[in-house]
Amino acid sequence: MFDLPVLSLMTFLPLVGVLFIVSVRSTDEEVMARNAKNTALFTSLFTTALGVYLAMQFDPADAGFQFVERMEWFPSLGISYYMGVDGISLFFVLLSAFLVPICILASWHSIKTRVKEFMIAFLILESLMIGTFCALDMFLFYVFFEAVLIPMFIIIGVWGGARRVYSAYKFFLYTLLGSVLMLVAMLVLYAQVGTSEIPVLMENPVVRDLQIWLWLAVFASFAVKMPMWPVHTWLPDAHVEAPTAGSVILAGVLLKMGGYGFLRFSLPMFPEASEVFAPMVFWLSVVAIIYTSLVALVQEDIKKLIAYSSVAHMGYVTLGIFTATTQGIEGGIFQMISHGLISGALFLSVGVIYDRLHTREIGRYGGIVKNMPKYATVFMILMLGSVGLPGTSGFVGEFLTLVGIYQVDTLVTLFAATGLIVGAPYMLYLYRRVVFGKQVNDDAAKMSDLNLRELSLFIPLVAMVIYFGFFPGYILDRINPSVDRLISTYESGLQKGEMRRAALLEAAQVKPAAGLDTQAVGTVPAFAPVHTDDAMDGGDLPMPIINYNE
Amino acid sequence: MILDSLAPLYAELSLAVFAMLLLVYGVLQKGQVARKVSYGALVALITAGMFLYAEPKEHVSLLNGMFIHDGFAVFVKSLILLGTGAAVMLSIKYMYEEGFARFEYAVLMLLAALGMMLMVSAGNLLGLYMGLELQSLSLYVLASIRRDSIKSAEAGMKYFVLGALSSGMLLFGISLIYGFTGSIDFAQIASVVSENGASNLGLTFGMVFVLAALAFKISAVPFHMWTPDVYEGAPTSVTAFFAMVPKLAAVALIIRLLMGPFETLTDQWQQIIWFIAAASILWGGFAGIAQTNMKRMLAYSSIANIGFALIGLVCANDEGVGAALVYMALYMVMTAGAFGVVMYLRRDGLSAERIEDLAGLSQSHRYLAYIMAFFMFSMSGIPPMAGFFGKLVILKAAVASGFYMLAVIGVIGSVVACFYYLRVIKVMFFDGLELSLDKVPSTSRQIVVTICALIVLFFVVKPEPFINMAMQAAQMIS
Repeated sequence: MFDLPVLSLMTFLPLVGVLFIVSVRSTDEEVMARNAKNTALFTSLFTTALGVYLAMQFDPADAGFQFVERMEWFPSLGISYYMGVDGISLFFVLLSAFLVPICILASWHSIKTRVKEFMIAFLILESLMIGTFCALDMFLFYVFFEAVLIPMFIIIGVWGGARRVYSAYKFFLYTLLGSVLMLVAMLVLYAQVGTSEIPVLMENPVVRDLQIWLWLAVFASFAVKMPMWPVHTWLPDAHVEAPTAGSVILAGVLLKMGGYGFLRFSLPMFPEASEVFAPMVFWLSVVAIIYTSLVALVQEDIKKLIAYSSVAHMGYVTLGIFTATTQGIEGGIFQMISHGLISGALFLSVGVIYDRLHTREIGRYGGIVKNMPKYATVFMILMLGSVGLPGTSGFVGEFLTLVGIYQVDTLVTLFAATGLIVGAPYMLYLYRRVVFGKQVNDDAAKMSDLNLRELSLFIPLVAMVIYFGFFPGYILDRINPSVDRLISTYESGLQKGEMRRAALLEAAQVKPAAGLDTQAVGTVPAFAPVHTDDAMDGGDLPMPIINYNE
Repeated sequence: MILDSLAPLYAELSLAVFAMLLLVYGVLQKGQVARKVSYGALVALITAGMFLYAEPKEHVSLLNGMFIHDGFAVFVKSLILLGTGAAVMLSIKYMYEEGFARFEYAVLMLLAALGMMLMVSAGNLLGLYMGLELQSLSLYVLASIRRDSIKSAEAGMKYFVLGALSSGMLLFGISLIYGFTGSIDFAQIASVVSENGASNLGLTFGMVFVLAALAFKISAVPFHMWTPDVYEGAPTSVTAFFAMVPKLAAVALIIRLLMGPFETLTDQWQQIIWFIAAASILWGGFAGIAQTNMKRMLAYSSIANIGFALIGLVCANDEGVGAALVYMALYMVMTAGAFGVVMYLRRDGLSAERIEDLAGLSQSHRYLAYIMAFFMFSMSGIPPMAGFFGKLVILKAAVASGFYMLAVIGVIGSVVACFYYLRVIKVMFFDGLELSLDKVPSTSRQIVVTICALIVLFFVVKPEPFINMAMQAAQMIS
């Protein structure tokens, strides 16, 4: 049944499309652009079809990794090409495969220069995104995760708006700084545990002190990617300047890499540290939810407003994930998927009016419900989804998250629930200013309604937003077993940590404290003068007591 | 037979004989023979490579211990030969374009390569000094080969004066070492050092002087001041050669010294190397941001990269040394490619060296721009380019030896340096076309740039064999 290497096919099929686009040469720009667009659309649709096949073949009852592929890559270091999906990653893979053809179709006419390069960049991006969510080897994950920066940097910088260079730099350097710290953490983890396979690492958490440091380093990467307050400032810039398709992918998929990283790395690999830092994450999330909602309220730029709303919605995700309860984590995942659909579609709808009027300023629109009724309907559903109205997918995620957080911390719940209220006005206010009201701008009043191509982009998205609002079961059934497994991993990690500390305490009582010290000093390499001050684990880390490779 | 016992030296001997033959040929021949001599030099390098690989990689000591042949030397020498070959190929067209097409050029490169090979194989301090001086003298002349250019002459002069100073320090250090150990032979120094331990202050001083002189050769902070000026002033083909090969050889020499005779003094030199590694990474990163000239930028990039390679050395174990070799080799590939692209940039018959001159390159020279972008992303250490794997092995070695702080400094420095690599990409892709560049075809240059680009791009598919080769070479050092 699993003979077909679906994941590798999905990952590398877009690259085949790239090869095809590159190999076709013509002196006529027009012909080349058309060929590139068709090839890109065809390839990404084929990838989506593979995604559908993947979803159908996926066994909902199985909590472990499915469709596993493993090939030698770096045998002497034990690093392999190791792919697989479970309930947690499945929907991110599907989301990536689903959004890319929409993005390509959305750029059909709006991208006029260097069409060929744009399509190449997008296909490479698709390949890397799917690879990120499928990788089960830490270093393979890192290769995909960081390589995403290259096409995104090019997409923002080449096809972006007026301040595109600044935004592209900010995006690149911010995310890179976080990622490289994570790379060091991964290497430390590798040196400690001796493997880079994510499933094995999940079962073998390192000692507590080290977990704290590694958690922080990994957090630096994922918090920026997510983005969490206060390291979110790159996001509004990147969103505003990126072309429509770039914004859709950024909001739809790239932000989810942060949440996915928390689920794959922080929670299962560093359970004790996650427990320690959970309150910090909660409060950061609460600040993000309330503060960025208020900031969104005063925005004059539609894209910036939606970008700030993304930060607020991601606040619910981090909140849910670090509750480490079934509802919280499932809510977080559901919120990410729902946000991927809703905010992706919202950026598309901004793109629709931007294509017509070439401005993102809210005041330049108004009363467009009269000349664009279809658009107003679509936009309303999406807006209500973003607010979290029951009956849309946005509600399910937020509700589950709040149920999860209530079990852990009621005070945080109070603020988070307040955030729901603060979250509604800016969207409603935006909608009122853009769609309703008097038609003050003549050019806005003359805009034509959605055409067939645009409608065909929105219909699947809107349908999914409503369908998952009423029937979240399709998603929840599939993520549930994996989430349960994640939580049991997390809890057994906590138990291991407690047992380990108890054992240490016992050892310290048997031997006097001095004995422990000499043992610890022995593990620190001989070049102490330079090393001691810098070593993050210090001298008090009795590493050899526990053998992780058993 | 005496000749048979010299078999491990054949590579060097053949290079020396070829260099002299080509010199005689160039002198006797009338007219422009620079191109022919360059081809001759390529043949010489290939021949030397064949001799090098004909010999088993076992440890052999020749000429009363002055010359050591081992797996480490073979590995580094093959990189030296490859790098020199690439530099010669990059130069052929450029010599004519810039009007310094003289046959001495290729001959000097061969002599420099010879010096470097002797250096890498040095078994005592005398051999070390001779090899180092042979390559340095050749390089001084190469830097000022464009006699009619003030900049080139200035570069040569600066390089010579500062190089002479560093040679003085080297000799002073050598005399101290000789004075305190009574020998110039590495093996004997090693035994004396391990008997007396680190208590000998004079010996430590000698080692520090030698290290300072060698840090000058690899342009590590704080001995880096000459680098940007010389890089800028020398003809681009010479700069490419400087950045690729002599640094690799000097790093190999430092490895041989520190892992050989001074192995027992690890505690002493580790701090020094730790500092110059960190300082080079940070200074190379920050100072590079201010540069507007492509060659000066690449000079700071080379300073930062040397710092990264030295992280491997700080680890003082086989893994670290192997990682340093991998890093230097990959850096050599990226540099060769990047300088190759820079050499393509000509406007109205003059070389264009400012970063802004690349503006709109993605529209006028699409493939060149993409290839340059690969090199820049690779130097920034972004996967899946080859440069990432260089950084990965170095950081892995550092973390495995417990140098967390240095690893963190390394990655932060690489993010800082990323800023100026990105600027090149920004100028090529985001900025509009202002002035178009000349189209200058050059087959040999194209070959080098294409091969480098392919290596950078596809290293990710099978990184293992090469990294294993370097690790084995590191184990064979003795």
